[in-house]
Amino acid sequence: MVETATPSPAPKAPATNKLNLTLADYKGSPSTLCDGCGHDAITSQIIKAFWELSIEPHQVAKLSGIGCSSKTPAYFLSRAHGFNSVHGRMPSVATGTHMANHKLITIGVSGDGDTASIGLGQFGHLIRRNIPMVYIVENNGVYGLTKGQFSATADVGSTLKDGTVNRQSAIDLCGLAIELGCGFVARSFAGDPKQLVALIKAALAHEGTAVLDVISPCVTFNNHEGSTKSYKHAKEMDRPLHELGFIPFYEQITVDYEPGTVQDVEMHDGSHLRLKKLGHDYDPTDRFAADRAIHQSHKDGTLLTGLLFHDKDLPSWTQLNNLVDQPLSRLSQEQLRPKKEVLDEIMKSLT
Amino acid sequence: MKTLARDSKDMTEDKKLIVNDFSIHVATVNGSGSQSSNTVLLRSIFQMGIPVSGKNLFPSNIMGLPTWFTIRVNKDGYIARKKEVDILVAMNPQTAIEDVKELRPGTVCVSPIELNLDKIRDDVKHYQVPFGELASQATDNVKLKKLVTNIIYVGVVAELLEIDQAEIDRAIEAQFEGKQKAIDLNKKAAMIGREWAKENLKKADPYKVERLDLTKGKIIIDGNQAAAIGCMMAGVSAVTWYPITPSSSLCEYLIDYLHKYRVDKDGKNTFAVVQAEDELAAVGMAIGAGWAGARSMTSTSGPGISLMSEFCGFAYFTEIPVVIFDVQRVGPSTGLPTRTSQADLLSTYFLSHGDTKHVVLLPNSVGECYEFAMAAFDLAERLQQPVFVLTDLDIGMNNWMSDPFVYPEKPFDRGKVLNAEQLEKAGGFARYKDVDGDGIAYRTLPGTEHPKAGYFVRGSGHNENAAYSERPEDYVKLMDRLLKKLETAKQYVPQPVIEQNKDAKVGILAFGSTHWAIEETRDQLSREAKLPTSYCRVRSLPFTDGVQKFVEDHDHVYVVEQNRDGQMLDLLRLEMPQLATKLRSVKHYNGLPVDAESITTQILEQEKNV
Ligand SMILES: Cc1ncc(C[n+]2csc(CCOP(=O)(O)OP(=O)(O)O)c2C)c(N)n1
Ligand code: SF4
Ligand SMILES: [Mg+2]
Repeated sequence: MVETATPSPAPKAPATNKLNLTLADYKGSPSTLCDGCGHDAITSQIIKAFWELSIEPHQVAKLSGIGCSSKTPAYFLSRAHGFNSVHGRMPSVATGTHMANHKLITIGVSGDGDTASIGLGQFGHLIRRNIPMVYIVENNGVYGLTKGQFSATADVGSTLKDGTVNRQSAIDLCGLAIELGCGFVARSFAGDPKQLVALIKAALAHEGTAVLDVISPCVTFNNHEGSTKSYKHAKEMDRPLHELGFIPFYEQITVDYEPGTVQDVEMHDGSHLRLKKLGHDYDPTDRFAADRAIHQSHKDGTLLTGLLFHDKDLPSWTQLNNLVDQPLSRLSQEQLRPKKEVLDEIMKSLT
Repeated sequence: MKTLARDSKDMTEDKKLIVNDFSIHVATVNGSGSQSSNTVLLRSIFQMGIPVSGKNLFPSNIMGLPTWFTIRVNKDGYIARKKEVDILVAMNPQTAIEDVKELRPGTVCVSPIELNLDKIRDDVKHYQVPFGELASQATDNVKLKKLVTNIIYVGVVAELLEIDQAEIDRAIEAQFEGKQKAIDLNKKAAMIGREWAKENLKKADPYKVERLDLTKGKIIIDGNQAAAIGCMMAGVSAVTWYPITPSSSLCEYLIDYLHKYRVDKDGKNTFAVVQAEDELAAVGMAIGAGWAGARSMTSTSGPGISLMSEFCGFAYFTEIPVVIFDVQRVGPSTGLPTRTSQADLLSTYFLSHGDTKHVVLLPNSVGECYEFAMAAFDLAERLQQPVFVLTDLDIGMNNWMSDPFVYPEKPFDRGKVLNAEQLEKAGGFARYKDVDGDGIAYRTLPGTEHPKAGYFVRGSGHNENAAYSERPEDYVKLMDRLLKKLETAKQYVPQPVIEQNKDAKVGILAFGSTHWAIEETRDQLSREAKLPTSYCRVRSLPFTDGVQKFVEDHDHVYVVEQNRDGQMLDLLRLEMPQLATKLRSVKHYNGLPVDAESITTQILEQEKNV
């Protein structure tokens, strides 16, 4: 083939983050989910959050249970170690992973079936232990992977495609998480990328279990008229608590707002989540207010999104467990096997 | 006062003495503090150099139900349970009548005088003791009276059997270490019992102890404690568990040891422990930790093993190391949680849905609990799969005499793990590729500083690169490689212990705690029935070649086990169908540790039908 003489314009180098990595370096294999699935929109914001925060992908452990949502860790951060575990049991695997290597940044992705039904117990105990990790529930009100049965987060009165009406009360995972003592509880919507990415970043900066319940419509089984987890319904009913901005610890906080209009919530690593007031007077550090607001939203049929509750003072499992600084997985035989004198001492005590 | 020592009809003083060969059966109420008195009695005999073993037959209850403690004293070193009771100490009014009714004529019975047991049986040798009165001499404290009653019977029995008082005192000091008040009170009460017996009882039975030199340097320990020491020496770094009898004390001992011996010079822990919300979570955590590079373990019993089923299949299929102890007990749900059994063999070997076969280690003793605990961590990391250690309540919770444990010389085997440098050199890796031809692929740990270190664990079908695949060829290839790994395992697992007797046409095959009765059975068979036997003690699954050869080498083989269905027999038949007709079954499944006599009788019965 003859080369053409006309020089093509030099391709613009893609943007890189502080680690010199491009956004593409944070992607995973192509998604196999249905076109338009809310889960894919969340995946994009996870990729963006990690890239913008310049997190080393190899420092990340990404885990999930079973479901369409739980497939998504394959679609982001292909350089990270991933673990698609068994249905409803991701919290235990994440706990073990953290025990072995507390330096890892752990993110778990689950579904409403995976978390609110089969996995409710492990979800509760993960929170109770306050294992540092980001726990995202991609909440569509149905079991997508098993073809659209109701999940335990389906609202009373919501219908399936065939018209079946749900009459059982919904489990509100945010309300439950607050009740169980979770230190970071937020709700968002796959259709609000700006809010979502800020919350993921803030969750990553939180040292403890951070629960993010994200309404993530299932376009195949639960996006019809009558569903309360459809794009349309969620968009109409979305009531963001604040306008959110995330300021990472390495950036200067600027004070260019009217006093009283903004609240900066400080995260463990010195980052801030900036909450710009939107009419409500909502303080996310007030547990009782959070509880009331969530119940009120149920009554009103609205979708309350944003940072619902934050408590920075809750000690994490790691802080309470007095571990050596090195990950346990890196300890040598020298550090792990007691000396002969120890065995001798024990044997002596048994004679 | 009533006659305290009544001579029974067939028991006369000139009957020959029986020295260092009898069993004591102590019946008490659970939670009455009898455990420490029984231990004092056991230890004092042990300290006199006489082989001894103790078994606690206790109910699933904290207080108020009957418990029995059996002590077997045996100069020849037989430490299996003995069926017959030679000396009954009937301290429990609830069971005393039944207990006495079951005795053989001539048995010794020590009991509180007010129970009037002599009215029930006059053909046993009664020593009736005013325990209440003696307890009042020992203390004014009403609460303590009940407790000291137990140590008073130790004093009475010590006098009758001629156990040195110095050894009783030493055992009391060891038992109540550091609690001077308790030591003083117990010593005093034991002495009151002893003095009273000396003055008031006329010895009219043949049993006594005499100093030997057979326990020097030995230790007394239970299997759970032994396994805990093994885990610590194996460098366990993640412990996750959910309490269940009879396995709880394994993790409890381990946690105590770790806090004592695995804290670094800055006071930081080189281990992590989580008491999980259930066994599902416990094994999930252990698997997560094993994946991320810790030496992780959990410990449970049958009901917990059932709950771990899906996860264990997952770890097998995704090739993640984890060590799981199953201290077997009887039955589902509550079952008979405080009774022993070997009935989890099949369910554990095949645990989970789909094609799974796990590596299972079968220790027979406290010594092997220690050794196999260490071996299990090496095996799990070498083979990258769950490794089970199957003990039982008898080994796990009873006191056994043992040689002291030997410090491990062998360094850890951490298996095939690639670090960043190796990855850089190789230019990457394929997680599930059989590079070395042994079925074991290379793995990396999360956090490895290399862009090619990451891979994705999925229970769904995967190819050599850990990518999602439903291609039939990929699945078959994976399943065949896992089977090859099981073949490879055979060179690493503990080999069977075989005692080949060149005169024997008959073989005996057993595993785990059944061993101790087998030793005695073989002696009984050769002594009483002139039947020489060979013996194969299986120490692991999968079977190694030695097991098959053993069966081939004998006319027929008795497979002895503590379960109803002959699970080991089934497994042998399955894996060696050509030898199936050579195999015969001897079973014992009443929840009590198997005794030699039961086995011997069954074998002789079947020999008649040859
Ligand atoms: C033990 C077990 N039971 C049942 C299933 C079948 N199953 C697969 S996914 C799923 C529900 C998933 O629902 P959800 O977590 O909401 O995920 P979605 O597909 O909606 O994202 C079920 C019941 C399974 N994989 N394992
Ligand atoms: S079935 Fe629903 S949840 Fe699953 S991929 Fe399709 S749209 Fe998403
Ligand atoms: Mg769902």
